[in-house]
Amino acid sequence: MSFLHIPNVRLAGVAACVPKAILENSNYGLFSAEEAEKFMATTGVERRRKADPETTTGDLCIKAAEKLIKDLGWTKEGIDVLIFVTQTPDYILPATSCLIQNKLKLREDIYALDISLGCSGWIYGLEVISSLLSHGQLRKGLLLVGDTMLKPCSVEDKSTYPLFGDAGTASAIEYDDGLPGFKFHTATDGSGYEAIIIPDGGYRNEVMPSSLVMTEIEPGIKRNRLQTVLDGMNVFSFGISKAPESIKMLAEKFKIDLEQVDYFLFHQANLYMNEKIRKKLKIPMEKVPYSLKNYGNTSSATIPLTMVTEIIHDISSESKSIIACGFGVGLSWGTVQFITDTLVISEIIEF
Amino acid sequence: MKTQKFLRNFASQFDEVDPETIKIETRFRDIEGWSSLTALSIIAMADEEYNVKLKGDDIRKAVTVEDLFNIINSK
Repeated sequence: MSFLHIPNVRLAGVAACVPKAILENSNYGLFSAEEAEKFMATTGVERRRKADPETTTGDLCIKAAEKLIKDLGWTKEGIDVLIFVTQTPDYILPATSCLIQNKLKLREDIYALDISLGCSGWIYGLEVISSLLSHGQLRKGLLLVGDTMLKPCSVEDKSTYPLFGDAGTASAIEYDDGLPGFKFHTATDGSGYEAIIIPDGGYRNEVMPSSLVMTEIEPGIKRNRLQTVLDGMNVFSFGISKAPESIKMLAEKFKIDLEQVDYFLFHQANLYMNEKIRKKLKIPMEKVPYSLKNYGNTSSATIPLTMVTEIIHDISSESKSIIACGFGVGLSWGTVQFITDTLVISEIIEF
Repeated sequence: MKTQKFLRNFASQFDEVDPETIKIETRFRDIEGWSSLTALSIIAMADEEYNVKLKGDDIRKAVTVEDLFNIINSK
């Protein structure tokens, strides 16, 4: 069983940066007015932010990190670990975390690492960085998590384009002796790898001229093989069973009373799926914030982005018990529980 | 699993359809109001009512209501 309790670490702060450009789903060309209404009601996504061609996930995360370092009063020299989680890196190689070390002007003497995960990425990134910091030798770490999923989505694909949005986030984690830290459950089912996939461009299917051919899969879904495929039915079937299961397993393992949890931060997949998960767990609505409406599904960024946009004042002013659960591409999923303690949440940044 | 109960569960996924018009041999994609969202609600119904995990291919392969009934029964 993949449970892990990492004590002596704390979440010190969270910041998020979104692009300035807003795409309204009511204006999406592939939808009639009626279809647009139905889509927004079902998915909960009314608008999203889209990065311009010059802006990468790394750029958005750097803006969030700069703001967070300032708001926390941290020094750049004091940062020992940098972890960057994304599936939309700046380059295939080198690792974007290396570029970020330089752009953020962090110490050369630093542990920097990229992790390739999407919907579950913040949970996994948090587990890795907390593990490194829990020994008390590396003291402070930045966990940068985000995606620009609209870049690898076809504008002519109504199953992906109106759903996703771009965002970059920064979370600050530090060693703090005696604190309860984080409790994790993680899981993976690679048999579902095709549920969310970009088929070409890696080394299984290298880029060929055929990768660029636009193909109509069904009416309203036209894309090439360098663009994202989303099998909604398989992702849905997976999400409504595995997310509640993971939360229940974590609660059972660590004797967490779910009624005592203040907030459940779910990966923002879509409203229909998330509400099924919420109802299955019998969680009241006010404990489940959504950033879907204004930002869409921002892939790995959803959980920290929701903290910043939806519950900033509530969790920065007092101690809260939080469960966060990420689930999706991989298929990969994970859950974490922690208690906040003087958490610094920066106001949202636009870039 | 009872056929009549399944038919009722199936029909209740449609908002504006007389449940009496949905039979076990009905080709479900022909039912008025069928959409990709109905497919998701069928998956949720199978999960909630029968504790069965339907995959996308299960729905894609099925043609009639009976096909879905048999798939859920076999899992």
